[in-house]
Amino acid sequence: MNYKHTIAILVNDQPGVLQRVSGLFGRRAFNIESITVGASEEPGLSRMVIVTTGDERTLEQIQKQLYKIVDVIKVIDVGSNPMVARELGLIKVNAEPSARPEILGVVETFRAAVVDIGPSSLIVQVVGDTDKIDAMIELLKPYGIRELSRTGVTALTRGAR
Amino acid sequence: MSAHSATLKSKEELIEKWGKEEVITGSEMLLRSLLLEGVDCVFGYPGGAVLYIYDAMYGFEDFNHLLTRHEQGAIHAADGYARSTGKVGVCIATSGPGATNLVTGIATAYMDSVPLVVITGNVVSSLIGTDAFQEADIVGITMPITKHSYMVKKAEDLPRIIHEAFHIANTGRKGPVLIDIPKDVSADKGLFQPVKEVKLRGYNPTVQPNKQQVDKMLRAIEQSERPILLVGGGAVYSGAHEEVYEFVTKTQIPVTTTLLGIGAFPSGHELHMGFPGMHGTWTANTAIQNADLLISIGARFDDRVTGKLSGFAPKAKIVHIDIDPAEIGKNVPTDIPIVGDVKAVLQQAIAGAKRTDKADAWRAQIQEWKASKPFSYTDSETELKPQWVVSMIHETTNGDAIVTTDVGQHQMWAAQYYPFNKPRSWVTSGGLGTMGFGFPSAIGAQMGNPDRTVVSINGDGGMQMCAQELAICAINNIPVKVAILNNQVLGMVRQWQELIYDNRYSHIDLAGSPDFVKLAEAYGVKAFRASNKEEARQAWEAALKHPGPAVVEFVVRKGENVYPMVAQGSAIDEMIMGDAE
Repeated sequence: MNYKHTIAILVNDQPGVLQRVSGLFGRRAFNIESITVGASEEPGLSRMVIVTTGDERTLEQIQKQLYKIVDVIKVIDVGSNPMVARELGLIKVNAEPSARPEILGVVETFRAAVVDIGPSSLIVQVVGDTDKIDAMIELLKPYGIRELSRTGVTALTRGAR
Repeated sequence: MSAHSATLKSKEELIEKWGKEEVITGSEMLLRSLLLEGVDCVFGYPGGAVLYIYDAMYGFEDFNHLLTRHEQGAIHAADGYARSTGKVGVCIATSGPGATNLVTGIATAYMDSVPLVVITGNVVSSLIGTDAFQEADIVGITMPITKHSYMVKKAEDLPRIIHEAFHIANTGRKGPVLIDIPKDVSADKGLFQPVKEVKLRGYNPTVQPNKQQVDKMLRAIEQSERPILLVGGGAVYSGAHEEVYEFVTKTQIPVTTTLLGIGAFPSGHELHMGFPGMHGTWTANTAIQNADLLISIGARFDDRVTGKLSGFAPKAKIVHIDIDPAEIGKNVPTDIPIVGDVKAVLQQAIAGAKRTDKADAWRAQIQEWKASKPFSYTDSETELKPQWVVSMIHETTNGDAIVTTDVGQHQMWAAQYYPFNKPRSWVTSGGLGTMGFGFPSAIGAQMGNPDRTVVSINGDGGMQMCAQELAICAINNIPVKVAILNNQVLGMVRQWQELIYDNRYSHIDLAGSPDFVKLAEAYGVKAFRASNKEEARQAWEAALKHPGPAVVEFVVRKGENVYPMVAQGSAIDEMIMGDAE
């Protein structure tokens, strides 16, 4: 059975490290749904978060193969524990002045924000888990989405761990 | 051997001579760092981006540099050197085409876990990324086929990087490490500070196994009635042949050694069953399929060993010992995983290992199989048979040569008819199956083992993929003995086209090959041709007696096939026995 897995990878902040990690996924036919990279709590280390799908054996292989990369310090199966996973979406939606009140209603319900207003469009910023952003997009579709940009999921395990 | 004329110094002498802190160029740092790693032989080819490095090598006496005629020859030679000595093989090439010519060799070493340090030049730092003359992103190109790689940013980093590269290449699961040095870095001066420690937070191979897992294995052994050991290249690379022997002596478990595991256990031993897989012995394959316990020792369940995966060792509990945790469970579900260095695992296991008393009937069965189904072929008095030639080479070298092979039918015949009793004597490209590997790898093996007879067994196809290296044998008097089993055809492809593609022989005819005797002579290498047994023996013995390199072309039967054969997709006990049937 294939499941969605969220994996965090602490890597040396070295040139080429993203290529090493993403190349491994490509070469071994592992799937990448999303990938994010940024600074971690420790100087010199970056945290990558990859959302992938596969069965348990694939997940085990992904973790083991990742550990073979010399620049990989730690691999954490974030999804195996209670976690906070968030994504940010920016949605540029058609919004003639007449349609705006209705759109703002949707935005408010989702606790999203309007971050830019143009003559005939709005940019909506929404933060949440993947499902929430999917739902937001669905609701805005009828107005006409001009452009869409999603960051991909970043995640941490909850609590003291 | 004149190529081995560098007077090699002891480690203390080298540190005394080269370990001083002083301001020198990146190129000098590179050479000194290599010496401090104990390098005595480098294979390479100069070019624009490595001119500073070669300039620093001018008149340099403390290691040998062998100028090959193609970068591919250089890296295969470094590979043969590494496989036959256990030391790290080193090669150097220039940027762009020099570097890309190494790619096949890097992949070859990666697939078979061979420790190499591959040094490439690159264009000057300021030109990187501009499609400069002879620029190639070799770090990017080789990322999937290297254990690790470095792009050097400044000269002062070289001592650390080189020390790390040797450490990474030759520990854990071994493999090739690439160091890419831009031209300005090799020219720049900096303070040379030798590095003695490795600090790599993300690299800590597990050497010592978990004791509980080893105990589980020992209990499984005690209960087993039909146990076998599948011994792979990891046993050779870990230097564990003595431990394997002791473990077998104590437990009396029958052994099969994979193509890369050949030599990890003496072939002549009563409990040895030969190699398993597509062209392996009937006994090894049948034993795997009937075993109730299969202990893999440094083998990785390659598809050429397992055949149809779902039908592999169907009755066996699987124990998998490997230094690379990612190999465990990758292909075959494992009952008892043991992560650790083979030598360390066996040392721990030997203490508690007992004779498998319940397996007497199994051992008797295996003896019976061995006696009734050995490798066999129909000999001929009119045509020269390749199997006979290999047996003759075995006999005339007392089974004690280092044998390198290329890839194809002759490789399988060499594995079948040249039994080995020592590790690191069999050099073959197993994982990648690289044609062109056989001959240059013999040159490297000879450089690393100047006192041993090195024989390179090739086909007429593969020999033409690196024949240019005859030049360095001649010039440096490297006394490799090259056997070419010439059947005038790409034999293994022919065999598949005959058996699986209904005799539709498509583009396998090697008519137009050179006269190999003349080719060798053109390079100044002694050469012979033989078309029957008498000529073959005479020519081969003359080649062995000749103090320098020699080539013998054996004109062998064209339509000969390698048997047994397991067709791709079949279970390994579904063997086509060929002549023996």
